[in-house]
Amino acid sequence: MINVLKPGLSTTVQDLGRPGYYHIGIPTSGGMDTLSLAAANLLVGNDAGAAVLEVVFLGPELEFTADAMVAVTGADLPPKVDGVEQAGWTAFRVNKGQVLSFGYLKKGARAYIAVSGGIDVPVVLGSRSTYTLGALGGYLGRKLAAGDVLPVGASAADGEGRAVPYHLRRMPGAPAELRMLPGLYWHRITEEAGATFFEDTWKVAPEADRIGYRFKAGRPLDFVPRTPPFGAGSDPSNIVDACYPYGSVQVPSGTEPIVLHRDAVSGGGYMMIGTVVSADMDLIGQLQPHTPTRFVKVTMDQAIFARADRRNTLRAIAAALA
Amino acid sequence: MTTRYTFGGDEHIFVECSDEMSLDAFFRGMSITNALRDAQIKGVTEICPANASFQVRFDPDVIAPDEMMRQLQALEAVAQAAPSTLNTRIIEVPVYYNDPWTHETGQRFRERHQDPTSTDIEYTARINNLDGIEGFIKAHSGAPWFVSMVGFVAGLPFLYQMVDRDRQIQSPKYLRPRTDTPRLTVGHGGCFACIYSVRGAGGYQMFGITPMPIYDPNQTTSYLRDFMCLFKPGDIVKWKPIGREEYDHTVAEVDAGRWQPRIAPVTFSLEEFRKDIDGTNARVMEALND
Repeated sequence: MINVLKPGLSTTVQDLGRPGYYHIGIPTSGGMDTLSLAAANLLVGNDAGAAVLEVVFLGPELEFTADAMVAVTGADLPPKVDGVEQAGWTAFRVNKGQVLSFGYLKKGARAYIAVSGGIDVPVVLGSRSTYTLGALGGYLGRKLAAGDVLPVGASAADGEGRAVPYHLRRMPGAPAELRMLPGLYWHRITEEAGATFFEDTWKVAPEADRIGYRFKAGRPLDFVPRTPPFGAGSDPSNIVDACYPYGSVQVPSGTEPIVLHRDAVSGGGYMMIGTVVSADMDLIGQLQPHTPTRFVKVTMDQAIFARADRRNTLRAIAAALA
Repeated sequence: MTTRYTFGGDEHIFVECSDEMSLDAFFRGMSITNALRDAQIKGVTEICPANASFQVRFDPDVIAPDEMMRQLQALEAVAQAAPSTLNTRIIEVPVYYNDPWTHETGQRFRERHQDPTSTDIEYTARINNLDGIEGFIKAHSGAPWFVSMVGFVAGLPFLYQMVDRDRQIQSPKYLRPRTDTPRLTVGHGGCFACIYSVRGAGGYQMFGITPMPIYDPNQTTSYLRDFMCLFKPGDIVKWKPIGREEYDHTVAEVDAGRWQPRIAPVTFSLEEFRKDIDGTNARVMEALND
């Protein structure tokens, strides 16, 4: 078991998610950076999809009641065992009675703490992931609090010192580049707006969480004039409430784009101008507020190529740790 | 009404049956999504019906996007031939209109409203030429509503009023969204009603509150033990106006695990509805008394 001494800013239990219930408004949830999540698990000998802790900006303090192998991937948030710093992306041992804590965040936004055996909270609708808006899954449907006690599965706890090779640790560049396939209601904005959207460097706004990431500092988008369709609403960015794809980019009133993520609201009344490709969803989870970000227009072929590339990275990580 | 197909990245196809809301558009989406479910295409992972559109999520490692698009478009012809008849159910939802809790919340966020001197229900009654709160309640609860989408957050139904377009209640959303809405608020935005399944942010006008939980992740509510969400697209809802006493009584019964909603099976035909709206609605609502 793990005793939560300090919870960190917003630490939740996540795995690879809960697909299958989006049609009734329950999003997939799961780690925002699933590549780092899977790597952390593989480092400690878990299945790639075991439940881990997703940490945002500020690390927790965790006391272990049994020996375990631990790995921290994703953001550069230096782990410490009884105050002694450990390497990231590397398996290290935590013995019974020792405390895992963290230094200050150096890079990225979300770190993944995998523990050999996995965080063994109950499976709800096929997943251990936390969906806080619906108080579902994870640890009592919420982020961790001091005094919580986390169950951990049984494990061999070996593999100390194994590390993910540097070139396979995927993090966003500077500026971050998010590849986007235009579509959905792209026709609602003018040709000029379509051009400036990709030209401008946007900045991550403070309103950035598991539901979605908001961006600001780009030029507002102009709309093609229309008579509002019945039921849509009078704002030019309104549509008759519809489904929102994961990664879709909505632009309420044409001002600040919002990219929906793993805890997405499943639908609503704002038009979307395209969708960030599946391969780049992981990168969004590593963006801090104010990070300069550009959207890069891609074709479907490029999106599928990026997807294969990401899959090959995961395979290479698994091969390196086998 | 031209169906429009577009990719949402490499994992979704988004299909807009019409850019405006109508029961015809909803039914077209419903029949295509039903045909898609029956077709059991390998690689389709989620099918999400919405008001006048729907969305399909697929795994492009299993089925190539172009092939997915081709198969989906081929289903439109199949779906068009399907009869617009739905075997569904009608659910009676008790509503305490003009209740103290949504009233208090409305007052807290008054500066975000179109009419800060009024209440949501008075404002909506006025702009829809209804005779005050009483006239509003009569119009709101007099005809059944279609659940045309479930989503936004877990288990939240969007409902479409089953009356002629010129009789549909319409209201704008708040000028700026509230950061708080009581759980189980009966709200309204555009032409849609909704029930807030959880407490949280919201921009819809607030008319009342139901004592009947519609989402329970712990599944302790007597009628949500089999599944945590009550509603699914295609359900029909009849609002039943109640007062404070019945509201309190129902809350107590729900908490004690004794309460069951009134639900009856019903068949709905779009053709019948087009020919005789009031007659169809009367027949549908009568099913609750069988």
